[in-house]
Amino acid sequence: MKYLDEYRDGRVAARIVHEIRRATTRPWTLMEVCGGQTHSIVKHGVDRLLPPELELVHGPGCPVCVTPLEQIDKAHAIARLPGVIFTSFGDMLRVPGSRTDLLRLRSEGADVRIVYAPLDAVRIAQDNPAREVVFFAIGFETTAPANALAVTRARTLGLRNFTLLVSHVLVPPAIAAVLQSPGNRVQAFLGPGHVCTVMGVREYEALARHYRVPVVVTGFEPVDLLDGVLRAVRQLEAGEARVENQYSRVVARAGNPAAQRLMWSAFEVCDRKWRGIGTIPKSGLRLRGELRDHDAERRFEVATLETLEPAECISGQILRGLRKPHECPAFGERCTPATPLGATMVSAEGACAAYYAYGRHRAAVAP
Amino acid sequence: MCLAVPGKVLDVYEDRGLRMGRADFGGTVRKVCLEHLPEAGVGDYVLVHVGFALSKVDPEEAERTYRFLAELGQLDELEAPPEP
Repeated sequence: MKYLDEYRDGRVAARIVHEIRRATTRPWTLMEVCGGQTHSIVKHGVDRLLPPELELVHGPGCPVCVTPLEQIDKAHAIARLPGVIFTSFGDMLRVPGSRTDLLRLRSEGADVRIVYAPLDAVRIAQDNPAREVVFFAIGFETTAPANALAVTRARTLGLRNFTLLVSHVLVPPAIAAVLQSPGNRVQAFLGPGHVCTVMGVREYEALARHYRVPVVVTGFEPVDLLDGVLRAVRQLEAGEARVENQYSRVVARAGNPAAQRLMWSAFEVCDRKWRGIGTIPKSGLRLRGELRDHDAERRFEVATLETLEPAECISGQILRGLRKPHECPAFGERCTPATPLGATMVSAEGACAAYYAYGRHRAAVAP
Repeated sequence: MCLAVPGKVLDVYEDRGLRMGRADFGGTVRKVCLEHLPEAGVGDYVLVHVGFALSKVDPEEAERTYRFLAELGQLDELEAPPEP
């Protein structure tokens, strides 16, 4: 496919790896923020091409992973209610709550439907006026405009039977949380390319200045990721700390202003709890005042259970780049994608699930 | 989750006030909302996430980045060829 295949070219990758080796004189620790990047790095073995001085640690950028267990339990409680059609992206279906998952609820008779686009959920609400249609609105800034479009569209079409269960998170506060963690090792970031197609790079310029840390807005293909590492290493070696845009073929400095306006027309910033990390101030989105009739948490009274995560799980440290999946004694033994103990194993984009999927079960084969 | 794929816009139409279109993703054709990308038209490549066009792929920037990377280190290749 055009604009994908050329960024998977092994010869080009080899050239960049050569340049990275030449540029690296000291040990450095870099974090890729986005779960999609983590998945691509582990799948293509990008980290194994790097010189031993460079370590890639994996960031908190997996919205499915960081959705709190309570919110997942809430989704399950709503999906069970009679008359409800519960709609969700496919990624959320297998994520276990305290007792069950959406797939199992569906097999028990709940009307759970996978949608590819949030607008498809609006269409379901139109086609089923006597039913309540709930859409599980999760994601980062990349997904927020599409979810905002769904709820504003439902409003315009007068669909009172359409609500969102919102669990939206924002990237810059999570980067700040990583940098403020005691014991932080991250010295540079590969920035989230697709979040920046919407938001642009200005928020990252503020982070780079404030924390004196290089941020390279990076794409998702192996060549992009290696180019991102090269640019970050060159900055680190030169003592620089600025934002570079590796992904300039799709990311404009100002992002997509129309998509931002749409997002802010539906959502406002709020505090959010991140699974494995805890509450990060001003790190999420909730529906704005006039759209709160479309908030599923207000429409449906569901009791929430405060749930404790297994003490053994180290996903909180993994999400902050302090530990790696294979350092966990439960990894690949008591904790697998079929029986996840915590955040980073529940989605294919979680660091633990990616390590598991690509055969890095044992420390001996891990980087 | 933030997966987004470039597709070529095949046509543009209006669906009750929303600017929509169909895009070709390497042979798979899907409906795409173009409302928030007014500059994109038929023949353009757009980056699409969950049915929503986020940005236009800039062909010149794509070419420039790729060319730069493909030529990386070529000048000093005589002294130090890239390792396999």
